[in-house]
Amino acid sequence: MTAQNIIEIRGLWTQFGDFVVHRGIDLDVRYGEILSLVGGSGSGKTTMLRQMLGLERPARGEVRVFGTSLHGSDATALRHLRNRWGVLFQEGALFSALSVYDNIALPLRELRAVGEDMIRDLVMVKLEMVGIEPRHATKMPAELSGGMIKRIALARALALEPELIFLDEPTAGLDPDRSESFVTLIRELHRELNLTVVMVTHDLDTLVALSDRVAVLCDQRVEIIGTLDEVVANPHPFIRNFFMGERGRRALEAVKAVRDIMSMT
Amino acid sequence: MAEAAPHFGNPPALRRVSDGAGDRCVLTGAWNLRSLERRLVEFEHELARIAADADCGWDLRGVDVIDNAGAMLIWRAWGRRRVARLELKPEQVQLFKRMESSSAALPVTQHFDPLFALVYLGGKILRTIDHLVHMVLVLGQAVIETVGLLRHPQRIPWRELSANVYRTGTQALGITALVGFLIGVVLSYLSSQQLKLFGADAFIINILGVSVVRELGPVLAAILIAGRSGSAITAALGVMRVTQELDAMAVMGISHSLRLILPKMLALAIAMPLVVLWTDAVALLGGMVAARLELGIGYVYFLSSLPDAVPIANLWLGLGKGAVFGGMIALVACHFGLRIEPNTESLGIGTTNSVVTAITVVILVDAVFAILFKDIGIS
Repeated sequence: MTAQNIIEIRGLWTQFGDFVVHRGIDLDVRYGEILSLVGGSGSGKTTMLRQMLGLERPARGEVRVFGTSLHGSDATALRHLRNRWGVLFQEGALFSALSVYDNIALPLRELRAVGEDMIRDLVMVKLEMVGIEPRHATKMPAELSGGMIKRIALARALALEPELIFLDEPTAGLDPDRSESFVTLIRELHRELNLTVVMVTHDLDTLVALSDRVAVLCDQRVEIIGTLDEVVANPHPFIRNFFMGERGRRALEAVKAVRDIMSMT
Repeated sequence: MAEAAPHFGNPPALRRVSDGAGDRCVLTGAWNLRSLERRLVEFEHELARIAADADCGWDLRGVDVIDNAGAMLIWRAWGRRRVARLELKPEQVQLFKRMESSSAALPVTQHFDPLFALVYLGGKILRTIDHLVHMVLVLGQAVIETVGLLRHPQRIPWRELSANVYRTGTQALGITALVGFLIGVVLSYLSSQQLKLFGADAFIINILGVSVVRELGPVLAAILIAGRSGSAITAALGVMRVTQELDAMAVMGISHSLRLILPKMLALAIAMPLVVLWTDAVALLGGMVAARLELGIGYVYFLSSLPDAVPIANLWLGLGKGAVFGGMIALVACHFGLRIEPNTESLGIGTTNSVVTAITVVILVDAVFAILFKDIGIS
């Protein structure tokens, strides 16, 4: 494995019955980047994310994360690997039976290496990091708004100081204001914690605001992977539709305007 | 890339040096959770020992990588405040700033409330009253809908009715048969041991007949149906609440009562007597087999004496109880189903409560029946 790839996917085939979703996909994720996966519905973005997490097994092919093969490594190696990544699920997936505090403390307690006082301090730091006030720590997930659930789920994903974070539709279901601030939060944490981020998103604004590179899944393979400018220049009809539709153009123009302002100052 | 493979840093280490600049504690290596994990306690003591000397300076510039856990470990050793002589790399400054701003904030602990017991009890009572009121409302609504249906018979929801009879009745035949048969065998076997002592072998038919037809058949069937169909009804309605299907029906002007609750209550009231009849028959069969083996009472003799031993009123009473139990189980199940909050935890609690309440209600109503009909069917 080359040193700069955190995830390597080789020859990935996914099949549901006769329906082929991925036809021999190769994909690399580099250390420190934010990679977005986009594609139409049914193109297998979420399936691919689940395969990178080891939740689903591809029909053929190999997924290596941190140089460890997800399918075929022993349980201890996989457990160590799972402590090095964090996942933000689309609906947050907070444990509904546990309070906010216990949700974030759970992965730390499971390590069985950190004392309870230290866990308490670390949980408070994580809450501070995602911008949640300490008074919410004793609340149950059912009492929280969608935006808070996402932030707390992110805090839980960051609990074990991971090097790699997976985000599944991070801004879906948030209003524009909240989604803007969530994007800012992710960007700041990425810079500060040297995270590698793999993100599945539909939201053009999020995509444009965060991605270092974009991988487009269509026709059962990765059509193109590259910077936003490279991807936008691709003539594939799906990509033209996705980025050059009205919404896409608006998002791209907005980012250009911001870049112009940045370059002027 | 500078940050490539940051976890492959050197193991964390600290040493105390004394040179021209005074005493300093120099930290090197990777101070992150993964490297520290196994030696956390060891480092905690080490850091605390050095930090006890307030004159000692700290130099973190040799640290390759540090995360919140590492910073927190050091911060705690310092007694949650910045030490006077501290040298940091620029990227570490932000980390310790965060330690500073977060350490002041701790979650509020809940205070003991002396009135807790009273508030708890009161809350329970109020909730029970609330449940009763709501249950009466559901029942009343169902009665109003029934009257409406009698006036417009073409609106009777036959499909829902038939589907519910199938689900709650037909599909329950297997489990009720198994349980009924075994109870019949056990009851017959234990009774015959006693009857043998008195030479009153023939009375096994009276004992089995009356107890199964009048009491055990309806109650057994009701408890099984409450566990099986009651929980299913509550969970189904609860899921419809969680997925907003109930709201969707309401805004279309479709009555929950008419489409969901009434068909379930009617279906259970129709299916339960049939299930009771079936359970009775299978339990008597089990009893008959055991009586033959234990006491040598022939099948033909058993069946021909049964009508004389058990007045027919017992059967009507048992079937009537079945119908009432069925309606009650559906009512309780629908009530709890409709009150489920749109979250997953409430779904579990609601289903449990539904089954427990339904079984309790069945036994209470059975006791009422026993008192009301104490002069009927027992010679």
